[in-house]
Amino acid sequence: MKDFILKRIAAIILPFVCIYGFYVILHGHVSPGGSFAGGIILGLSFIAYSTIYGTEKGRAKLPERVLTWTESYGTLWYVMMGMVGIVRGVPFLANKLAGVDLGVPGALSSGGLISLIGLGVGIRVASTIVTLFFTMMEEES
Amino acid sequence: MKIKNILILLVVLLATYGILMAVAELPPYGMPDNPVHNQVSERYINEALEDTGVLNMVTAIVLDYRAYDTMFETIVLFTATLAVVITLKSWKKEGER
Repeated sequence: MKDFILKRIAAIILPFVCIYGFYVILHGHVSPGGSFAGGIILGLSFIAYSTIYGTEKGRAKLPERVLTWTESYGTLWYVMMGMVGIVRGVPFLANKLAGVDLGVPGALSSGGLISLIGLGVGIRVASTIVTLFFTMMEEES
Repeated sequence: MKIKNILILLVVLLATYGILMAVAELPPYGMPDNPVHNQVSERYINEALEDTGVLNMVTAIVLDYRAYDTMFETIVLFTATLAVVITLKSWKKEGER
């Protein structure tokens, strides 16, 4: 698309949309939202960017190497967080049982492994939706 | 053909009757003594904060109590992406040939 107004408005809004996606992912355990919703917002910012500025520029922001990396290691990160329980000698994916410090409820660092797992899931969802979008766009052209 | 249609209609009506009778037996919506409000939801509501230290109860259930389920949910996402990418990319290569 070659609309001047659209490009300028997107240049103003999209960085905030991207940061808001990270905010929703990281605050998934203290406020409404969560890793799935935040991942969708984060992926949407990249999708809107490549819709407005063209798929080539979107590809330059998020190369296929990065997408493959997050795509592959997102789930592995989740499993590694689950392994913390096994290392401590309690069931897989245990949180409080594994002796992780839960912190003060309401603080960003609370919840032990939950925020770390949520970060992995959020980036995973974002990379999934962006990969699907890029694949379909490049298939069309 | 006619008899077959009538038979199908009869079967459908019977199934509709059965389903409607089952729906009529359901407990009223939103009552506090419904069977859905069992000890599982009670446990989540009362002790989610203590068990997980998380204010958002949905996150507590999704990423702690049901963490195993969410792990395979991400694997489902991975598989879906893999299937789409494989299908579309191989189709494109075939078209180029």
